[in-house]
Amino acid sequence: MAAAALLRRVPAARAPATALMAARAISGSTAPLTIETSVPFTSHIVDPPSRDVTTTPAEILTFFHDMSVMRRMEIAADSLYKAKLIRGFCHLYDGQEAVAVGMEAAITRSDSIITAYRDHCTYLARGGDLVSAFAELMGRQAGCSRGKGGSMHFYKKDANFYGGHGIVGAQVPLGCGLAFAQKYRKEESATFALYGDGAANQGQLFEALNISALWKLPAILVCENNHYGMGTAEWRAAKSPAYYKRGDYVPGLKVDGMDVLAVKQACKFAKEHAIANGPIVLEMDTYRYHGHSMSDPGSTYRTRDEISGVRQERDPIERVRKLILAHDLATPAELKDMEKEIRKEVDDAIAKAKESPIPDTSELFTNVYVKGFGVESFGADRKELRATLP
Amino acid sequence: MLGAARRQLGSGPMLGQVLRRLRPATAAAAEAARGYSAAAREMTVREALNTALDEEMSADPSVFLMGEEVGEYQGAYKITKGLLDKYGPDRVLDTPITEAGFTGIAVGAAYQGLRPVVEFMTFNFSMQAIDHIINSAAKSNYMSAGQISVPIVFRGPNGAAAGVGAQHSQCYAAWYAHVPGLKVLAPYSAEDARGLLKSAIRDPDPVVFLENELLYGESFPISAEVLDSSFSLPIGKAKIEREGKDVTITAYSKMVGYALQAAEILSKEGISAEVINLRSIRPLDRAAINASVRKTNRLVTLEEGFPQHGIGSEICMSVVEESFEYLDAPVERIAGADVPMPYAANLERMAVPQVDDIVRAAKRACYRAAPMAATA
Repeated sequence: MAAAALLRRVPAARAPATALMAARAISGSTAPLTIETSVPFTSHIVDPPSRDVTTTPAEILTFFHDMSVMRRMEIAADSLYKAKLIRGFCHLYDGQEAVAVGMEAAITRSDSIITAYRDHCTYLARGGDLVSAFAELMGRQAGCSRGKGGSMHFYKKDANFYGGHGIVGAQVPLGCGLAFAQKYRKEESATFALYGDGAANQGQLFEALNISALWKLPAILVCENNHYGMGTAEWRAAKSPAYYKRGDYVPGLKVDGMDVLAVKQACKFAKEHAIANGPIVLEMDTYRYHGHSMSDPGSTYRTRDEISGVRQERDPIERVRKLILAHDLATPAELKDMEKEIRKEVDDAIAKAKESPIPDTSELFTNVYVKGFGVESFGADRKELRATLP
Repeated sequence: MLGAARRQLGSGPMLGQVLRRLRPATAAAAEAARGYSAAAREMTVREALNTALDEEMSADPSVFLMGEEVGEYQGAYKITKGLLDKYGPDRVLDTPITEAGFTGIAVGAAYQGLRPVVEFMTFNFSMQAIDHIINSAAKSNYMSAGQISVPIVFRGPNGAAAGVGAQHSQCYAAWYAHVPGLKVLAPYSAEDARGLLKSAIRDPDPVVFLENELLYGESFPISAEVLDSSFSLPIGKAKIEREGKDVTITAYSKMVGYALQAAEILSKEGISAEVINLRSIRPLDRAAINASVRKTNRLVTLEEGFPQHGIGSEICMSVVEESFEYLDAPVERIAGADVPMPYAANLERMAVPQVDDIVRAAKRACYRAAPMAATA
């Protein structure tokens, strides 16, 4: 079968009796498995890592599971938005799941991640749960920001996930600052600052990269190149769309962002590099099925053929499904069952999130400051509504 | 000016006021009170800021400095002199001339719990970084419902200097004080500089600390308590620099000195002016301002910055909202001219408030002005 031809499996310490494996339930084996990435890495002023990625059956199945949860969450968010339960901006990540999942597999929770507004799946990857995600989208108390942030402002500080930023490009210097703190405190950890091809031309990115290189900060700049900055194709926005080379004096790697194993390998490589040598740029060649946001159909600047073509040829979840089936890690029926369970899990989370109440009106005035000194704050009519900030 | 400062700090009721505004009285403070008329010590604003930075860096290893020329050059205005030698290049960081980049980096470091003190060579250059000050720093605690707090200080000279022209002379107090989530402080004296900077660095929220280049070299008497490394001044509290009963003059930064000079002139003409040194622009000490106006019934707001939508506008509104019946005259406003700052010395002089302007406005508020020209 075609998938098997693509995959060159190095016969490492694999458990015997393939037939026995297939007869059992979904493989939870942690025996190492080596898979080749779909394409080799292209690099800029650095030797690229090997195409051979070490993984395990259990990890591959986790990839399938986690990406499927993300996919379902984003599709459900689409429906909720159309039902007007989600308001304002809603930027969906479906198609790009491999970046969030592959990155998480390569790092620990001591490493930091910061991204822009397409952040729902990154939040999940960092240990966020579905209920708090949906509740935040619907502006409820159970939301991860208690309903005060919205789609673009998810955070999980205890997992070193720093959001969740609405200003294009701002998250990159912030991410270099997170790396600065890691170096200042002599932690052996790194920061992944994600941005899109649209943000890649921002001046502040180059300012932060310059300082990061001078001060050897453990910063990994990850360009999630989905080829469109809102409605503007990369070739119309960037004189040089080879984003992995744009660091100039900073090394870079171009990665197939739809291949979760390639993403894992690249992130592992980048983390080691950044801690030892300073900043590195990763360009993830990825794709978003939805438009820029729910206000954008996404088909006025792209053809439907292009979108369906990517779905057929490069979908990250389908790729992993083929890998699982090729290696007999699970049967098609088992995967279908998993997907059914995930659907139910997502539906249950939405139901639970809907039960969460809207914020108490007092929340208008909370968290303006950490320390408010008893200062007064005001509503629209200060003779009607004022509060003391604790 | 210095003479005026010495005179009012040495007198009885003023001294009491000063001491009440400091940390709870200690034996040292009592001793200083007794020996006060002999002026314990003098300190320039520059030295006050330098010692405050030094002491806070010594007390807390997570405090670090970042900015252009703060290290090897010893500071463009020598505020950070000696700190690189003492704390090393890991904690005193010279940056390239890239405000957007380094401010973003500092805010990111603050997200992780470090305590950066970012220097803008002047606040005019803060506009290059203003997105990070407002959107990345000020709003984060709110948007994250308290998860991401930002214990950062942005400091540097603000407002007009001398002959530096339009792009280097703007006052940003109104811009930053507009934003919920920020705290905005404006010291005047050496005591203000020490106490407020220490509070700013210890504060868990983002603080914009507006200094003034022309005040750096000015000397003020200070007490032993101010010299103590644990000294700090509360954020959000104004100081009555000079008590009076006929008219209230609010001011901040350099204009406090001008207001005190005006008060001296007015006193010779039988008008007793109360001068309020705001110290804190956000939070604004509305209670102190209103209490003063309820006593004097007249108000002159004074600021160096552009007049439209300025600090005086907010103060006037606060008084109208809370103390309208107490006003015996319309609120008067003295501010910088509503033009970009010119270079020529005579034009520059017209673009910034002078003591005469403050005296004239106070007299108008007291209905002691020369009759105004009739308007059509």
